[in-house]
Amino acid sequence: MLRALGRFGPAGWRRMDGFQKLLLLSLVLLSVFMLLPVVYIFNHAFKPYHELFVYPPTFFVREPSLQNVNELASVASRSTVPMVRYLFNSVFVSALAVALVTGVSALCAYPLSKHRFPGAGIVFAAILLTLMFAPEVVQIPRYLVVSELGIMNTYFAHLFPLMAMPIGVFLLKQFVDQIPDSLLEAARIDGASEFVVFARIALPVCMPAVATVAILAFQNAWGNVETSALFMLDDEMKSFAFFLSTLTNNLANNVAMQGAAAVASLIMFVPNLVVFVVLQSKVIATMAHSGIK
Amino acid sequence: MSNKRAALLRQMWRHRLSYLFITPFMLCFIAFIVVPVAAAVALSFTYFNAIEKPRFIGWQNFQYLISQDLLFLKYALPNTFKFALIVGPGGYIAAFLLAWIISQLPGRLRKWFALAMYTPSLTIGIAMSIVWLPMLTGDRVGYLNSVLLRLGWIEVPQLWVTDPDYLMTSMIGVTLWSSMGVGFLAMLAGILNVNKDYYEAARIDGMKSRLQEIWYITIPSMKPQMLFGAVMAIVTTFKTGAIGVELSGANPTPAYSGHLIINHIDDFGFIRFEMGYAAAVSVFLLLLMYVSNKLSWGLFGSKGDE
Repeated sequence: MLRALGRFGPAGWRRMDGFQKLLLLSLVLLSVFMLLPVVYIFNHAFKPYHELFVYPPTFFVREPSLQNVNELASVASRSTVPMVRYLFNSVFVSALAVALVTGVSALCAYPLSKHRFPGAGIVFAAILLTLMFAPEVVQIPRYLVVSELGIMNTYFAHLFPLMAMPIGVFLLKQFVDQIPDSLLEAARIDGASEFVVFARIALPVCMPAVATVAILAFQNAWGNVETSALFMLDDEMKSFAFFLSTLTNNLANNVAMQGAAAVASLIMFVPNLVVFVVLQSKVIATMAHSGIK
Repeated sequence: MSNKRAALLRQMWRHRLSYLFITPFMLCFIAFIVVPVAAAVALSFTYFNAIEKPRFIGWQNFQYLISQDLLFLKYALPNTFKFALIVGPGGYIAAFLLAWIISQLPGRLRKWFALAMYTPSLTIGIAMSIVWLPMLTGDRVGYLNSVLLRLGWIEVPQLWVTDPDYLMTSMIGVTLWSSMGVGFLAMLAGILNVNKDYYEAARIDGMKSRLQEIWYITIPSMKPQMLFGAVMAIVTTFKTGAIGVELSGANPTPAYSGHLIINHIDDFGFIRFEMGYAAAVSVFLLLLMYVSNKLSWGLFGSKGDE
């Protein structure tokens, strides 16, 4: 962020009016407050043990060390399944999930918004209603569905539940709603098939929503422990997030492993950050060029 | 009658492509969401302890819930109302305002501020407790206490997360702080999507203040995103629950001061293993959200939406 501010530089500052300057200043202050957990996560990961338990707790690390990283590495080397395997599972599932979730959600959102087919209202109502159902009691029926489908202990059991992401369809549908029918009609008159209209016109115009859905899908997949805990029998099939969570379980009254846990939460956090920045800059870049007329 | 059905079938056949488009999502959606939710709704009419077979008991769960469950009636329900009334609209308005402010900045800076606002909602699961606990610790070394003491605003350290009088306030504060989630992102994209020509035209027509711009141009042109933000605000607010337990470090929260409906569901579902009753509470929560949703659709919905 500092670099962006630097590049933005004094020239940019002069170009802004007083109102913008005021907004920028207050936003910077607020951002510092909002970014506190990030600062904390980064610092915490490199605190040696005697600093992890300092009272009062400190925000910044005083003597950064790699002690915690080593601890995590030694724990990982002791586990029966190599850590690389967990990492592979997570990366593989997350990458596929991002592609499939965005694709499948967009495919569903487009006709929901633009084709008035019989049943569209019911489908949309169902999506909204299920969004509101608390997930706690759904676990047991879901387990039964997965075992009935015979996909226990396969990557499908990781992927399929992730692909049912009603928020994604809802968000995309709201954005497709904004596309004027005339734009799509023009393409149809030019002889474009419905799929081409969808892929070449609707999707690019909705890029901000597509990127947002991708961000969400990644977060869900990367942090996913539920499918590993419930649907995976073999350790080799479980996700990295699940592996890390087994390290950090019952931390409250446990001094050992706190350091490894601190590094683990950093490792879990950083990919989210990177994916967000990459995709969000796509959002802003596309919007600088297009915009719905 | 058969004529009507034939017409419907013909219409469905004409839209066969639409059905093809929605099929992949619908298959997953039905298998992993619709069926389990329907099963959970069915469970709400049973006694089910996750071991024995569910036993049908009709409306008994619901009757007990609204007439005898004192923890629910005295704590969970009023607490949830209080929590939702502040966090829902508060988070929603804050998300819109922040999104709007960020949209007013030069393009290059936007993504970084968007990131800064969004991170709390990202970290909520990972680091919420370790970040906020040092801040809100109840003795004089907690950050908040030590600042307020130094400023002379309070005389003695306050137990921000263990005192029943303050816990709810702390929960609301922390939740608001982390409420710039997907609704915020959608609104930011929505604001940036508004055609710039409208503002130009309005300026020529003599519109002066930015408030007028927001009210007459920005909000009307991004109704779909406003609606999305509203629904997400309702859903996330009503589904928040763990926060009280995480902050106070006690389950149930001290004197049930942070007991929300979701905690009630967790309590019956995962601690007492009364799944049937937990399902009934979930159905009740669903109805609550549905009603709040109806209200917000009334505010923002337009013609085609229901």
